Amino acid sequence: MAAALPLAVLLLLLLGPVGGGHAEPPRDTLREELVITPLPSGDVAATFQFRTRWDSDLQREEGERITLEKDNCHLLVSHYRLFPKALGQLISKYSLRELHLSFTQGFWRTRYWGPPFLQAPSGAELWVWFQDTVTDVDKSWKELSNVLSGIFCASLNFIDSTNTVTPTASFKPLGLANGTDHSFLRYAVLPREVVCTENLTPWKKLLPCSSKAGLSVLLKADRLFHTSYHSQAVHIRPVCRNTRCTSISWELRQTLSVVYDAFVTGQGKKDWSLFRMFSRTLTEPCPLASESRVYVDITSYHQDNETLEVSPPPTTTYQDVTLGTLKTYAVYDLLDTAVINNSRNLNLQLKWKSPPATGALNRGLVFAEAPPVPFLYAQRYVSGYGLHNGELNTLLYNTHPYRAFPVLVLDTVPWYLRLYVHTLTITAKGKENKPSYVHYQPAQDRLQPHLLEMLIQLPPNSATKVSIQFERALLKWTEYTPDPNHGFYVSPSVLSALVPSVVAAKPVDWEESPLFKSLYPVSDSSSYFVRLYTEPLLVNLPTPDFSMPYNVICLTCTVVAVCYGSFYNLLTRTFHIEEPSTGGLAKWLANLIRRARGVPPL
Amino acid sequence: MGLLSDPVRRRALARLVLRLNAPLCVLSYVAGIGWFLALAFPPLTQRTYMSENAMGSTMVEEQFAGGDRVRGFARDFAAHRRKSGALPVAWLERTMRSVGLEVYTQSFSRKLPFPDETHERYMVSGTNVYGILRAPRAASTESLVLTVPCGPDSTNSQAVGLLLALAAHFRGQIYWAKDIIFLVTEQDLLGTEAWLEAYHDINVTGMQSSPLQGRAGAIQAAVALELSSDVVTSLDVAVEGLNGQLPNLDLLNLFQTFCQKGGLLCTLQGKLQPQDWTSVDGPLQALRTLLLMVLQQASGRPHGPHGLFLRYRVEALTIRGINSFRQYKYDLVAVGKALEGVFRKLNHLLERLHQSFFFYLLPALSRFVSIGLYMPAAGFLLLVLGLKALELWMQLHEAGVGPEEPGGASGPSPPLLPAQSVGLASLVAPLLISQAMGLALYVLPVLGQHVATEHFPVAEAEAVVLTLLAIYAAGLALPHSTQRVVSAQAPDRGWMALKLVALIYLALQLACIALTNFSLGFLLAATMVPAAALTKPCGPRPLYATLLVLTSPAATLLGSLFLWRELREAPLSLADGWQLFLAALAQGVLEHHTYGALLFPLLALGLYPCWLLFWNVLFWK
Repeated sequence: MAAALPLAVLLLLLLGPVGGGHAEPPRDTLREELVITPLPSGDVAATFQFRTRWDSDLQREEGERITLEKDNCHLLVSHYRLFPKALGQLISKYSLRELHLSFTQGFWRTRYWGPPFLQAPSGAELWVWFQDTVTDVDKSWKELSNVLSGIFCASLNFIDSTNTVTPTASFKPLGLANGTDHSFLRYAVLPREVVCTENLTPWKKLLPCSSKAGLSVLLKADRLFHTSYHSQAVHIRPVCRNTRCTSISWELRQTLSVVYDAFVTGQGKKDWSLFRMFSRTLTEPCPLASESRVYVDITSYHQDNETLEVSPPPTTTYQDVTLGTLKTYAVYDLLDTAVINNSRNLNLQLKWKSPPATGALNRGLVFAEAPPVPFLYAQRYVSGYGLHNGELNTLLYNTHPYRAFPVLVLDTVPWYLRLYVHTLTITAKGKENKPSYVHYQPAQDRLQPHLLEMLIQLPPNSATKVSIQFERALLKWTEYTPDPNHGFYVSPSVLSALVPSVVAAKPVDWEESPLFKSLYPVSDSSSYFVRLYTEPLLVNLPTPDFSMPYNVICLTCTVVAVCYGSFYNLLTRTFHIEEPSTGGLAKWLANLIRRARGVPPL
Repeated sequence: MGLLSDPVRRRALARLVLRLNAPLCVLSYVAGIGWFLALAFPPLTQRTYMSENAMGSTMVEEQFAGGDRVRGFARDFAAHRRKSGALPVAWLERTMRSVGLEVYTQSFSRKLPFPDETHERYMVSGTNVYGILRAPRAASTESLVLTVPCGPDSTNSQAVGLLLALAAHFRGQIYWAKDIIFLVTEQDLLGTEAWLEAYHDINVTGMQSSPLQGRAGAIQAAVALELSSDVVTSLDVAVEGLNGQLPNLDLLNLFQTFCQKGGLLCTLQGKLQPQDWTSVDGPLQALRTLLLMVLQQASGRPHGPHGLFLRYRVEALTIRGINSFRQYKYDLVAVGKALEGVFRKLNHLLERLHQSFFFYLLPALSRFVSIGLYMPAAGFLLLVLGLKALELWMQLHEAGVGPEEPGGASGPSPPLLPAQSVGLASLVAPLLISQAMGLALYVLPVLGQHVATEHFPVAEAEAVVLTLLAIYAAGLALPHSTQRVVSAQAPDRGWMALKLVALIYLALQLACIALTNFSLGFLLAATMVPAAALTKPCGPRPLYATLLVLTSPAATLLGSLFLWRELREAPLSLADGWQLFLAALAQGVLEHHTYGALLFPLLALGLYPCWLLFWNVLFWK
């Protein structure tokens, strides 16, 4: 018996995968990818994307079996291979159609870094489309945010009705969708959320290879948080299983973008290497991945006389239109054994070579010219002074020399900034610029925030200023945060735009193209979709002095209030001494008689 | 309050107030002045202490060591400046970008209401250059500012050098949590004002400027740096801002901490800290510093570029490097290290500076007087006005009842309603006329400068000042004009009612001023109260008239100028004093128009008409 048990286990182990594999083709695939982009400012951006695609319809199976097992219906799909079980259960339990969650520390500076593959607002952002079978969306949303809060060790439980909105136009489903009834959409941003390793670790655990092999070995926390910008995200959406789209698959996309400050980490040089950035090198692909690639952007933007040199030399290059411009990428396929086997590890390096004569000069002045400006960027600020009124301003820059393009602006403003909607002005080039679509949902005190969505056409080569005035509300004294003098955050504006391309994009096979191209659907070859976020704002509210003087003020006010009544009394009344009148009627009668007698009265 | 609603006791109290009024007034006035003078002495001055937790417990290690860089940058800046004759904008842009900042410029222009003779400018235009150090992993919600003003005359190139070297050093560090803005302004304070208005996207002074391209959220604190000479022997700290606003005391404490740590010699109002507080000498020196601060704060003018930041609730101070030819000289590295320390500590701030005092007086750098301790001084002075007003009120109401009359026998006199109402009606004319004079004083000098220059051989600035003085003096002729209007009224009651109104008006104004700008309130109260209390149309009139003229707001200004120079140990001759007085008048009007300083409108529209009322009382017939 003692010998038979291991044997049986061995048998089971041998048979298990074979049996499964034999019955149907592999049901889930993993692709991993790293894109390294030298930015126009001289910094270096690294974007990781891990895509797990699971050819299973979580929710349909649930629907079929719900009649059988009512009590544990969310455990229906019980065998998970690459797809993380925690998220799979979420999808079926809360009937999600799409889930997009991001944690960001820092701010993507579009003006200097160019348009991003994927920007996220500073703090935490969560937007979810629910299936139209969900009856109580708000309840599911509340529960979902609490569950996610536990999964990602984040304060997503602070998402409540005061910071949740239902945008009507800005957030369309990114995956397969047959109806877009926006009442099933919820969107919330927590600009205060601080992102750190405690959020990175659960995120890494969702990866099939964790951080043991493949590209994810580079995800070393102390280096990732030694950057100017750190953003990690999880996107879940349904996609077509095949070209004819007869059935759906679920796609989990985990992305992580970091921007290395060339100035601080590179001691003023623009050269970089994987080791210098991550203090690791690549040694092997993730054995579970069907594709594992590193792309390096070698399109030389700028730099007179300087040439890029990548080592080791790439085996292939890939050229395509990305974010409206033609880019050339050096491709390193980790599954290609030649890439790693030569030196046992892959330490990509990039050097800027300049002609020897001007080399020394150029090194020092590498950053001396302003980088090229992207077609669309934005800036947001609060204007005015004092604690009574203020103005929220958003500046939208269109630097295209001759093409105008539309931008959808979404503003969520907390209720304690009372917006004066009649002061909403949109000006461009000194003229009023009327938005073609405006959706405004007023705030309710302590219940819901302001929501303002506008479709604005940005004239070519212009700066459009959207401004709206507000009044600061007085909070109840228990509603202040523990650090009231820090200020209160206002979440960033969201700009969704179709920006004109410089080079027309060719239609490509979506499934085959690199991951960094395939998150947003391409509708038109002459423009590309980009979603930008402005910086969050910090607004000071009138704050009582929560210290001892506050008590003193309260006490003094009480004393003054008591005194005031008495003083008012004194000032408005006159005082007379009334002689005590005794007798009354008797006295009057006596006097009458006395007068008749001719005797002086009493 | 029961005491006052009982008519018998009330009458007794009233008699007490009436009989002891004069001694009470004298006592109160003396107590006020005495209290103020005592502020410099130890029980009332306390040691400063750091209230803000985020800045208190730990020290930072300063690593700035860019002495050669400072000198190099300063030399280049001075050379480029000499070459171009203005701020070398292109060079600054290039240099800031090469040390890794985001660089923006802002051009501005402003036509002053009349030519500024002291700075020799009229049509002012300039360009501000600023570079932003973006903090890693922060979303540009908060920032700190280091600013260096470059005036047309003062070169300040050492300060620019230090700013650039600090920027280069700061850029290499990873610990920043707030963006840091390095701002070089042209046309000193006008440039700062233009930049601040553009940053907050408002226009309060009619400045024309190009909009800012780059911002960095809410500014938490600012430090302005002025190094007038290449050799620094001590650092002077200026805190007084526009309209007497002061930065949070913690900012000053912070700077003082780093001065002590680095062994830098720091002064306040150009005066060293007294060492010995036990003898009389120490506090006496502190009193001189305190008086200088009071004069400086009362003037309401920004005592450095930091003063303009305070309006936007940005805590700020100015640090001036002084060459006072002492023995020990400081390397700029020492100054740089102190600044680095200050910025690193400010970087630690979780909330805006709010823990410590916003209202204080400084008898020395490490001593302060809090608002609770200095307010009684002003309170005692204002009590005099209250007592006098009470006396007049009682006299008006109980004029028929002699104070010696036996209390119980006769009934209380009814309030003299008809006479009182006549008195009130007669007040309207003098009130209106004196307010109109104030309005004329406020509006006419600037409006009428062109008319004046056409008809008289004077320059615009002179015209403004002379018109100002002319209107001011013309106000003295007022009694003759108002007399005709009120001659038919009952004379005795008339002046009493007028004086009563004037006393209450003055007391209210001074109380309000003392709450926001204690120094100004106290200074005005100390001068105006005795004359206001004494003035009446009988008795030694010429004496009263002299006293009134000597304590009018303009005379107070003149006196303050002499006192200020005396305390600075640079006494003025009479002629110089007069010239300085004229210049101060012009500056006052200019600062109202360029920075929004409120002293000029306050004097012209508030205190001068009030003072005219007393003048009116004096010449009542």
